[in-house]
Amino acid sequence: MTSLPVDWLENDRRKLRVDASAYGDKIYEALTAACALAIPALVIAIAVAIFAAAWPAFAKLGFSIVTTSDWDVRAGHFGAAPAIFGTLVSSTVALIIATPLAIGVAIFLSEFAPLWLRQPIGFLVDLLAAIPSVVYGLWGIFVLIPLLREHVMPFLRDTLHLGATPFFSGPAYGPSMLAAGVILAIMALPYISSVSREVLMAVPRSQREAALALGATRWEMIRDAVIPYARSGIIGGIMLGLGRALGETMAVTMVIGNRPEISASLLAPGYTMASLIANEFSEATSDLHLSALMAVGAVLFIITLIVNAVARWLVWSVGRRRTQ
Amino acid sequence: MIGFTYLAAILATLPLVLILAHLVRKGASSLSLAFFTHMPGSVGEPGGGMANAIVGTLMLIGIASIIGLPIGIGAGLYLAEKKSTPLASTVRFLSDVLNGLPSIVMGIFAWEVLVRPVRHFSALAGGVALGAMMIPLVTRTTEEMLLVVPTSLREAALALGYPKWRTSISVVLRTALAGIVTGALVAVARIAGETAPLLFTALGNQFWSTSVREPIAALPLQIFTYAINAYDEWHRQAWAGALVLITIVLIISLAARFATRSRFGAPVD
Repeated sequence: MTSLPVDWLENDRRKLRVDASAYGDKIYEALTAACALAIPALVIAIAVAIFAAAWPAFAKLGFSIVTTSDWDVRAGHFGAAPAIFGTLVSSTVALIIATPLAIGVAIFLSEFAPLWLRQPIGFLVDLLAAIPSVVYGLWGIFVLIPLLREHVMPFLRDTLHLGATPFFSGPAYGPSMLAAGVILAIMALPYISSVSREVLMAVPRSQREAALALGATRWEMIRDAVIPYARSGIIGGIMLGLGRALGETMAVTMVIGNRPEISASLLAPGYTMASLIANEFSEATSDLHLSALMAVGAVLFIITLIVNAVARWLVWSVGRRRTQ
Repeated sequence: MIGFTYLAAILATLPLVLILAHLVRKGASSLSLAFFTHMPGSVGEPGGGMANAIVGTLMLIGIASIIGLPIGIGAGLYLAEKKSTPLASTVRFLSDVLNGLPSIVMGIFAWEVLVRPVRHFSALAGGVALGAMMIPLVTRTTEEMLLVVPTSLREAALALGYPKWRTSISVVLRTALAGIVTGALVAVARIAGETAPLLFTALGNQFWSTSVREPIAALPLQIFTYAINAYDEWHRQAWAGALVLITIVLIISLAARFATRSRFGAPVD
């Protein structure tokens, strides 16, 4: 420690620099932490707001919102069972159609496609996810529904005689659960395909080579060595697609027919939770009506929350295994 | 079996090609300068355009970005630095949860918080709903882009005497900026097409409006309204609007893909 003023000045300057950067660091950390914490805060805020608004309906109607089918606004009955049924059925149909195709594409891209083809086709399939929902709905109304009504449904019902089963009976109006299922399948396909492609490509070469060395054919190698390794990731991708399909609103509202009735036939119009909210929210008449719609929203929130959480856990567990 | 995968690849790319072809065929004929500059006409009458809807969408994107971008980039910075602490893992998990929420749930949330208390639909409510949807997207891409920056860069800056915060912002963030901007644009493209959150927040507006506190028209809303109504003229306008919307979305997606491609030939997935 020297006693010349110039040295005191140096020391002071050094201290100031350290102090300034200490403040800067603290402010930076506080700001970024605040931004990061905004995310949990937002999720909690959404949950609280929706459940608080839904509470009057739950308190007055209890489980009947979920179990009864009578949605009569004037009489005060709010049974959303057809909507819940419709959401589950349309998403299931969508998965039945989309999963084989998506996994097929993923296998094609990861195993068979020549290198120059991988990027373009992968990009085209991923682009399906970028198309806005309302554009899908527009295409659905003017292209898909006439196609289904005039060609596919008569084919399924009469030519293949599936009309004898309860699943394809009844008149073919056009707007139907089947139309919703097809559109949702197209919308869910890129999600399933993208995740499956990633996990399939992450399977170590050693697995593939070991199977081939043991005498497996190309297909046997895929079926017995690659797919089982990537299985939880693929299931995670399927659930991701499911989560997307469950919450989809616009495209479904435009093609499903919006009829609040439970029907076994895929050719019949139906309803989904998201469509119910979309159709009735702006014109909700009573407080109870609004609260019931919020309750439906709360049910949808919980279902998609669980599906997405499970999906994420599945996909992440494959990633973790990869690094071990 | 192998043939099935080839078939699946064809069937999977088919819808995209079909939809795009149909959009171009139906929409291009209705596109004109009038479409971009005129207001919607009276019910059923020919003419009219979607000028207010296009401006409305731009305004909504602006409001959403003001909310979504700072929070998303800040959260991305936090996650990239704190990597695997319990709080960071929780935030990452909840960010994915937020991402997966149906857009209509975001809509009723924004309604409950911003429309119901003031009994007034507004562009602000719509913008907030869209901004909330942007946050997880921007967070994830920001974090990914920041993690790509080599640690040696950060260490060199620290060794030269930069304080930690300055390193993060002026060195790491700036290096990753191109990727972050790309991610932001992709998020914007995604929310530009969202309709459900706007149904009961921005509501839509037949007239010209640029006020934040009034209902405002938006391109996807207009397409929806025209599509479900019975007038042929409106259907034609809906196709044109859809063509404009999807052109914007596709250009941004293509540009993003092009900008983040690896320079060394191997595809960046």
